[in-house]
Amino acid sequence: MSIQSARKDLILMVVFIAAVLTMPIWLAPVGASYPDLLQKFAIFGIFAIGFNILFGLTGYLSFGHAAFLGVGSYAAVWSFKLLTMNVIPAIIFGTVLAGIFAVLIGFVSLRRSGIYFSILTLAFAQMSYNMAYSVLTPVTNGETGLQLEQSDPRIFDAAATGSGLPSTELFGMKMSGYPGFYFCAVLLILAFFVSLRIFRSPFGMKLAAIKSNQVRMSYTGFNTRPYLLVAFVISGMYAGLAGSLLAATDPLAGAERMQWTASGEVVLMTILGGLGTLIGPLLGAGLIKYFENIFSAYNEQVLHEIFSFLPQFMENFMVFIVNPFVGEGWHLTLGALFMIIVIFLPGGIMEGFAKIAAWFKKRGNKSDDDDAAAPAKAQTSEG
Amino acid sequence: MDAIFIQILNGLDKGAAYALIALGLTLAFGTLGIVNFAHGALFMLGAFCAVSMQKLLTISNKVRDTSITFFEAYKEVPYLELWWGDFGTTIIEWSVPISILMAIPVMILVGIAMERGLIRHFYKRTHAEQILVTFGLAIVIQEVVKHFFGANPMPQEIPGFVSGSAPVGTFFGLSDALVYPWWRLIYFLFAASIIGGVFMFLQYTTYGMVVRAGMADRDTVGLLGINIQRRFTIVFALAAVVAGLAGVMYTPILPPDYHMGMEFLVLSFVVVVVGGMGSLPGAVAAGFLLGILESFSSMNEIKSLLPGIDQIIIYLIAVVIILVRPRGLMGRKGVMES
Repeated sequence: MSIQSARKDLILMVVFIAAVLTMPIWLAPVGASYPDLLQKFAIFGIFAIGFNILFGLTGYLSFGHAAFLGVGSYAAVWSFKLLTMNVIPAIIFGTVLAGIFAVLIGFVSLRRSGIYFSILTLAFAQMSYNMAYSVLTPVTNGETGLQLEQSDPRIFDAAATGSGLPSTELFGMKMSGYPGFYFCAVLLILAFFVSLRIFRSPFGMKLAAIKSNQVRMSYTGFNTRPYLLVAFVISGMYAGLAGSLLAATDPLAGAERMQWTASGEVVLMTILGGLGTLIGPLLGAGLIKYFENIFSAYNEQVLHEIFSFLPQFMENFMVFIVNPFVGEGWHLTLGALFMIIVIFLPGGIMEGFAKIAAWFKKRGNKSDDDDAAAPAKAQTSEG
Repeated sequence: MDAIFIQILNGLDKGAAYALIALGLTLAFGTLGIVNFAHGALFMLGAFCAVSMQKLLTISNKVRDTSITFFEAYKEVPYLELWWGDFGTTIIEWSVPISILMAIPVMILVGIAMERGLIRHFYKRTHAEQILVTFGLAIVIQEVVKHFFGANPMPQEIPGFVSGSAPVGTFFGLSDALVYPWWRLIYFLFAASIIGGVFMFLQYTTYGMVVRAGMADRDTVGLLGINIQRRFTIVFALAAVVAGLAGVMYTPILPPDYHMGMEFLVLSFVVVVVGGMGSLPGAVAAGFLLGILESFSSMNEIKSLLPGIDQIIIYLIAVVIILVRPRGLMGRKGVMES
């Protein structure tokens, strides 16, 4: 790796850290700077980054990643129930267990590629979901979901428990509100750093080579399956980490976290932001969670207020047009947005940025008629 | 013996629904090469054709309720009953079969619009992108339906004529206690006739023969001066009709709601893979097979032996099939085998 790109990565990392830590400030104008939502941004950001390591680099579309999220959540809640309310053991426990789970599923699923791989992962995730609902009720508490109880043993800090349910903490710091967000944010930065290192490493190059031409890769003497399995396990562990963080910020785990719609959501996030780019999945995750929380809170009255600057009939017309897309119907916005992205910008938002940047560059040096360079630049500025 | 027989019957109606959806999926995949994740939404649209037909038939007017004499009470009576009395009531009762008449043109239009408007732009893209865009479309269709019909399931009536149970035990010389709802029997026969119709269309008409030729070698058929693209579009519309009709007739069994399509879609995809991508008989056989196995695994004897097996049997079989025989039960050699 050249020194220049190393410096570029350093700048990216510094900017990223600054951006993540100041999120409560610069997200305030759009009404997204409350801790619950910020936590979700960070957690689903981790989930999407991890998913991107598999799908973005190797091109293997897993439709069952939510299973690992669920396993991470259950493991974390069990750690809260049995060991201690400290979140550190919980997230270690959740991540490792999800990793083990990913080894098992990945070992079987990676025997096939393409749509068969998608179906296999989907089948495993649905099996986990159905089992969590039915047979595994002693472990998962079925439909009610796994919750903390007064009578939990909690062998390390049972004495400290007061009258109510204890809350999750990090050496005395409660994991709700902003401390919770900063805890997630630190892990997000770590996750992003690891993902950056993977993208830049020879290992990442091999994964990308598998995506571009697996047959040729194996002809050059590589056994691709171990690499794929490692990528699958890493991304499963990311999902487990995200799941355990979900439990850490809100100690509750339900089977619906494993349903295939949840797997679909992370696919949407990754595609929306930009498949195979570093920042893209994070943007996608943030955008979708933002829509989910902000758009779904809108209703007709709020819309009337928003459009009140227009003349009366225009106001009513706009409310009539926009109303189906917000509130209960925010999924419609999501679906439509997603279709538009896949149709017109298969590279996601990041490709859009790259195109805009290329367009500006082209305008800038029109006199040099440097047209041929613009698409090339669009390619390199990705990630 | 009786227990086994009844489990086979129980599997038939669900298996028939799987088979019909999987048939449509396979038609779309075999002709256009499209992996259509919006196919479940078509099933759901068909079901909502029945819902809207019922709503249409029961448009009501307020009339004086003569049975209450203490005060002026009003009740809603459908116009059809006001105009035609008992005959109107019968028509309303038969709203599900009647809505087949509406579902066919609607589904043809939807299918052609979908193919021409969206899917034809995705022939050359990867399967992953096809899955993603049709998944997005499915969400959009679902949400539009939810916007108009609400999120609650909407139970549909069965015509009174066939509402009871059929004494199937006596038909086959088994115990008299063996009964089975008429409607489910009808659903199975309906599905069987649709499947038979589709196969006859492909096998015994010139049109179908050209379509099959196109499935085998699209380029050559094109070079012979046949507009194979138009035929494939029509086959896609046919697939939409099959899914829609499956949905219409399924409404009395399962009250339709806006996300029923997704649930069936996931299972139908598994069915298609088990049957073999691109194989029509495979899709049908696997649909019935998995439906029946699902109902067998929910028998108490088997559940006590292997707890939870009824929840995962279909996926388990899919995993085994994909691992040991990736082309599926009846898939052609070399088609999507990697």
